[in-house]
Amino acid sequence: MDGDDEGVAGPMGDEAMFLNGGDDGHQQQRGIKAAMGGEQMDVEAYASLYTGRTKVVRLLFIADRFGNDGIQLEALRLAYDEIKKGEDSRLYREVAGKIACRLGPQYALDQAWADAVARRAEQRKDKLDNELNVYRTNLIKESIRMGYNDLGDFYYAHGQLGDAFKNYVRTRDYCTTSKHIIQMCLNVILVSIELGQFLHVSNYVGKAEQTPESPDPITVAKLRCAAGLAYMEAKKYKLAARKFLETGPELGNNYTEVIAPQDVATYGGLCALASFDRTELKNKVIDNINFRNFLELVPEVRELIHDFYASRYASCLEYLENLKPNLLLDIHLHDHVGALYTQIRHKAIIQYTHPFISVDLHMMAGAFKTNVSGLEKELKALITDNQIQARIDSHNKILYARHADQRNATFQRVLLTGVEFERDVRAMLLRANLLKHEYNQRAPARKA
Amino acid sequence: SQALASCLLEQLDPSKHSLGYLYLLEAYSSGPILREQASGYLLTVVEFINSCSAEQIRLTPDKFVSVCKSFKDQVMQLQVAIQGVAPLRTAIRKLQTSSEHLTTLHPDFLLLCLLSKCYKAALSILDDDIFEVDQPRDLFLYCYYGGMINIGLKRFHKALECLHNVVTAPMTALNAIAVEAFKKYILVSLIHNGQVPSFPKYTSATAQRNLKNYTQPYIDLANCYVTGKFSELETSIQTNIEKFQADNNLGLVKQVLSSLYKRNIQRLTQTYLTLSLQDIAGAVQLKTPREAEMHVLRMIQDGEIFATINQKDGMVSFHEDPEQYKTCEMIEHIDSSIQRLMGLSKKLSSIDEHISCDPAYLTKISRERQRFDFDDFDSVPHKFLQT
Repeated sequence: MDGDDEGVAGPMGDEAMFLNGGDDGHQQQRGIKAAMGGEQMDVEAYASLYTGRTKVVRLLFIADRFGNDGIQLEALRLAYDEIKKGEDSRLYREVAGKIACRLGPQYALDQAWADAVARRAEQRKDKLDNELNVYRTNLIKESIRMGYNDLGDFYYAHGQLGDAFKNYVRTRDYCTTSKHIIQMCLNVILVSIELGQFLHVSNYVGKAEQTPESPDPITVAKLRCAAGLAYMEAKKYKLAARKFLETGPELGNNYTEVIAPQDVATYGGLCALASFDRTELKNKVIDNINFRNFLELVPEVRELIHDFYASRYASCLEYLENLKPNLLLDIHLHDHVGALYTQIRHKAIIQYTHPFISVDLHMMAGAFKTNVSGLEKELKALITDNQIQARIDSHNKILYARHADQRNATFQRVLLTGVEFERDVRAMLLRANLLKHEYNQRAPARKA
Repeated sequence: SQALASCLLEQLDPSKHSLGYLYLLEAYSSGPILREQASGYLLTVVEFINSCSAEQIRLTPDKFVSVCKSFKDQVMQLQVAIQGVAPLRTAIRKLQTSSEHLTTLHPDFLLLCLLSKCYKAALSILDDDIFEVDQPRDLFLYCYYGGMINIGLKRFHKALECLHNVVTAPMTALNAIAVEAFKKYILVSLIHNGQVPSFPKYTSATAQRNLKNYTQPYIDLANCYVTGKFSELETSIQTNIEKFQADNNLGLVKQVLSSLYKRNIQRLTQTYLTLSLQDIAGAVQLKTPREAEMHVLRMIQDGEIFATINQKDGMVSFHEDPEQYKTCEMIEHIDSSIQRLMGLSKKLSSIDEHISCDPAYLTKISRERQRFDFDDFDSVPHKFLQT
């Protein structure tokens, strides 16, 4: 079967991300599952997966990415509503500015509200500061800890993340029980994720896991997710996959201020596909009962993993293509979509060629939805990289597996080693002789 | 006094009275030599070198060297370098205490070979391994000229060895020979290996720090080469072409350029079993399939790749190296290599033993051993334990 020419012929590096959202604010009642699926993005359903600041940040991200007014305004409207429930006046002004009165008077900048919030903030801050000073004079550890914690919460609610971070970290010296430590770590992790400082995330996950009493399962699951996110940002996809796969189903909806269970499935599934070999994929993903609960939430990811394992590459790649636009809207994943997709595609190609002595390139191109010349280029890159041991017969368009002749290779290496040894020893003896001269010339000077 | 010396020379027999003859000849050479007497002088020296007795002249090597040097100067001045090649080679053989010994005459000999383009004549001297050096300065020049001669003979791996020795030789201060040698080293490395290796650990700190500062155009060329794009390499060469010309390296640079095609074609053999000439031309940035065919043909003839060209289809089939390592010649080759290496190993061990007994070395070691109690570790005699 001849491959269609419209297929993707190379690494999927382009950033085309616009969906055709013709409907202007037209809500469609869809299940939560569809929010991450391949259909047009349902912003409201997607946003309902999250709570807290991350909801707003994600909505703003989507709004920035979409040039199309319909979806953009929908996202901004939801963001506006969410922010008004909170106390962050700076972010409020930003969103109102972006809306630019396109949604009517109800969504314009409400200066009165912003001023009221600012006033309340002043008062609260003074109160908290005074209380903290009192506690500090009294030197009651627990009160000081709570004081700093409250200050941290205050700054977080007002969007001053740097100060929030500092205050949460300060509670460290006043923590007395494991519970305190875990609370502090979770707070710091939350702020660090939003700040994008994933090094801190890794550190504090480590600290939390080292507490003497093992935390409850929900906290464990939260920490695993955070660790997975940190690894993913650092492009360590294998480790990230492992962390996500180890997340227990107890996570449920308890960590929606950071991550939704659908995300765990998606991130874990894609990272695993890109970095695990077949055995690990089977053991840790397909046979993993816990992870199955997560995969149920995103049936496309489940299907594509099973397709990959069963060598149905065309359908697997099709699922991936469908998922791609929505994945590019995810704040954590969008940088990595290109790399992950390339790795998955390469793995698929390598796995396809592995069992055969010879492969007809026309059939293979059909399986991978590409044309023969594009496929040839991809194969050439993989062969040069030594990922596939094969040679291309360009005349007949066949790929032949190549098994190195061990005996000849050994002879070659031996002779080469001999030549190098001889060359190096001779050079060394020469240099030794030169050094002896130098030494002899200097030695008399020293004795004199 | 020159007239007196020449008069006395006629009385002596160079083969029997070599030493005396030498003294007189040296006295004659130390003064300026007039043009009319030059050819006569040359003849005298040549005859002397050919007939003198080796043991006698080894008693005063300095004088012998001085005579040969002024002989070389004369030959160069009269621009008849070719006349000096054979005599100086004989002179080296007589002056050397062993074939491993580098004399001051070696670089002069190679210089004459270079000037007269008699590269092959230098082979017998060049192929001797050198382990004993009189003057480090001689080694630098010798290896540099040796590298150039090997380049002229297209023995690039040998040239690399020579130039490598110059670049990695112990030196406390940078010298011009090392800089020039490094420039050629970069170019020959590119032609032979496709890349320039980094300095090995034993290179002197002086070299590692300073060599790159004087050879920037060459380093840029090397970086361009590694990307594999012909047009970029050409541009890089054009920008620095005056510098290459000033260093007399333009010929080598042109060879680097043509070697890029070869390297790219060789890379293709790793990926393809058969490939059309059209595709080869495209992959290697040649203009027509005809050019690609010429390059591939030349490479097959030079034994650089194993392939067959099917002109009917315009296809090239690449083969594996047919060497099966089963022939008598190959076994002999391996056997002789083993013997040679065993000899080299023995030499290495004996030198190691020799150094372990060297008083200077022992003194240095003993100084570091003073921490221990003498009674427990009395393997080093006390007399070496003085400060």
